[in-house]
Amino acid sequence: MAVDLARWQFAFVTINHFFFVPVTIGLAFLTALLQTAWHRSHKDEYLRLTRFFGTLLVINVAIGVVTGLVQEFQFGMNWSAYSRLVGNIFGAPLAMEGLAAFFLESTFLGLWLFGWDKLPRRVHLATIWAVSLGTVLSAAFIMAANSWMQHPVGYQMVNGKPQLNDVWALFTNPVFIWGYAKVLLASLVTGAAVMLAVSAWQLRRGVDKDVFIRSARLSLVVLLPAILFTMLVGDELGVIEARYQPMKIAAAEAQWTTCQPCSFSLFQIGGGNNDHTPTQIIEIPHLLSLLATNHWNGKVTGLTPLQNQYSQQYGPGNYVPNVFIQYWGMRVMAYLAVVVMLIALWGLWLIWRRKLATSRLFLWVAMWAVVLPFLMNTAGWLLTESGRQPWIVQGLMLTKNGISPTLSTTWIAISLGVFVLVYAVIATVDLLLMLKYSRKPLPPPRTGADEDRPVPAVQY
Amino acid sequence: MGTLIPFWFIVVAFFWTGFFILEGFDFGVGMLHSLVGRDDAGRRAAINTIGPLWDGNEVWLIVAAAAMFAAFPGWYATMFSAFNLALVLLLVALIARGLSFEYRGKRDAPHWRRTWDVSLTAGSVLAPFLIGVALGDLLHGLQINSSQDYTGSFWGLLQPYGLYTGVTLVLICALHGATFLRLKTTGDMHERAGQLARRIAPFTCAAVIGFAIWTHVSTGRGTFFLNPIELLAILAAIAALWLVYESRSGFAFAATTVTIASCIVTIFVDLYPNVMVSTTNKAYNLTAHNTASGDYTLKVMTVVAIILLPVVLVYQAWTYYVFRRRISSEEFQPQAPSAAAAPSAGAPAASDAAQPSASGPV
Repeated sequence: MAVDLARWQFAFVTINHFFFVPVTIGLAFLTALLQTAWHRSHKDEYLRLTRFFGTLLVINVAIGVVTGLVQEFQFGMNWSAYSRLVGNIFGAPLAMEGLAAFFLESTFLGLWLFGWDKLPRRVHLATIWAVSLGTVLSAAFIMAANSWMQHPVGYQMVNGKPQLNDVWALFTNPVFIWGYAKVLLASLVTGAAVMLAVSAWQLRRGVDKDVFIRSARLSLVVLLPAILFTMLVGDELGVIEARYQPMKIAAAEAQWTTCQPCSFSLFQIGGGNNDHTPTQIIEIPHLLSLLATNHWNGKVTGLTPLQNQYSQQYGPGNYVPNVFIQYWGMRVMAYLAVVVMLIALWGLWLIWRRKLATSRLFLWVAMWAVVLPFLMNTAGWLLTESGRQPWIVQGLMLTKNGISPTLSTTWIAISLGVFVLVYAVIATVDLLLMLKYSRKPLPPPRTGADEDRPVPAVQY
Repeated sequence: MGTLIPFWFIVVAFFWTGFFILEGFDFGVGMLHSLVGRDDAGRRAAINTIGPLWDGNEVWLIVAAAAMFAAFPGWYATMFSAFNLALVLLLVALIARGLSFEYRGKRDAPHWRRTWDVSLTAGSVLAPFLIGVALGDLLHGLQINSSQDYTGSFWGLLQPYGLYTGVTLVLICALHGATFLRLKTTGDMHERAGQLARRIAPFTCAAVIGFAIWTHVSTGRGTFFLNPIELLAILAAIAALWLVYESRSGFAFAATTVTIASCIVTIFVDLYPNVMVSTTNKAYNLTAHNTASGDYTLKVMTVVAIILLPVVLVYQAWTYYVFRRRISSEEFQPQAPSAAAAPSAGAPAASDAAQPSASGPV
């Protein structure tokens, strides 16, 4: 019971946190691009867009920071046995993240926001790039830590406890390399989708069309390669996970028996943990073999033989993750990615035909498409994290053994209740403010004599 | 490589101390902003004295926690799980504060701004109080069993010494915030910050003297004389009191900085080599040695810290230099935003000094 509640709490605060993180990573980069465009071209449109999207960025960073505090604390709060056992490995990248990334991100965001009129233009431009670098570094360290839980490397067992003995192994872990690339690309997709949706709304309204067409174009030009590479990298990540976490991939296809070659089902009916023979609809031959092994006739070991193998290796127990979450998590992620790709192609075709600003149907679709990356990100993390279960660290420690041993169920229930309430308030306020500021008109253009004066700073 | 363990204990103490020096005045400004600013413009001015800085300052807390996690996982695990519910409260307080800064100015409605004023003040009082209770409990001791787990209840966390440490830290932060506001503002706000500092200072000074003596007695090392750092805390608090009444803004702020730093350092100095005391059995005390990471991890983290920490200190110091200008409430009077809305209005060569304020809320 306590373990279930603690897992609900972790999932709840982490999924919420990851609504804001990819927006921050993506928008920081795109805002830096806009400001660079202004710096190079001196075109006032780019300055106005920088200020406009910078405001949206800041609203999200505030929430990313405060929900990030919860992330940093909860390993010790609810998962102290886990922290005690693996802190000397898992804690190291977290401390590096604080020193290398959080300081950079928060300090330079302050400089960027409040420093418009106090820093030389070139230096001020550097501050937004420092913010972007901070967000990208931060993702690197936390992904190194997470990848270690998926595929532990760089340690030796000393008196039954894992001890770090090779820090480079954390950063050359193939799960890290591909997982990190995927997170960055997915963040770019998310940031671009937000920018596209806001621009689409503004274009439909029809004010400052000549300005918002620029941000719409920028977001589409970023979106298409970002989503394509996300899919390619995701495919390679699947192959790597199949190697180190075969349960994860077998569960993602609800594949109970070993197959060779293996087909991929588009849909299925049934197929939970108790249903070993789901009705699979529209099977594509060889596709699962290709996805999981990169080979036309690759072999995928089924859940039942894996379960038998793990029971022998680690002792009796249930080692099969939640098959329903795996199967649908993977499909929601993949299918929505195709939808996003099609929208991006459609948008680029309209740019080529010079009809982007006038196609009301596309603008309407682009506006609503903003929810897709958030669904994809959440589905992807459910696939990754739920697929690791019942392990908290693959092969090393079971989730049920990671919880704080003397923590009462009541305490966890209270803290879960508090976080649900607080996050509901945060999410509501953030959504309302994002909508309000997305619908604001652009800051007015600067004319004549203004252009030589410093841009006014931002204030609370 | 036994020397790296005390080194990392010092690093952790350094992050906690740095956190309180920097975020200490942020907490103080948060507590006092409604008193220093009589109207909305004054409150906004008060908040903007720390506007560009608070976020970077709060990272010191994250890094303090992360440094404990990496270097002393056993300490991090026991402390954070023992204080579970108290930390939930702390997180709520910090979330309330952070959101208040960002969101207060985002809507121009009195009830909206009053709501965030209240949440900023409450969060700013609660946060240092709870951290103070936690730090005090490390030293006073908690019910910890042989496997380093806390076995007490939530109420078991509320020890008299811990509570007193919490109150002391709230008072120091309030004074530290007042001396900071006096240093960073001009005009009527500068005056009011001075008045507030004079009202708070006697209580802070008394609390710190009591804290140093209680800490000295309760650590039970049997010596009569205070150790140098406890003595420094008392002297700095007295100096702060005197300088506040002498209206020496810069020196008063320096004195409150030393006061807050020496109080935190006192806790860690008197704690070592323990990191958490067990009231169940002395043999169960958590020490720096029985909670530390392996040599290799400590070596790696030492290299990382030696490379990165100086860089961080340099750019944070630079931030303080960039935003050194004093702020007055006149800059935030309601007519300012309308001037920004029509920046072309005449005066092409308007003085730079007056312009920066003309931006309005984001």
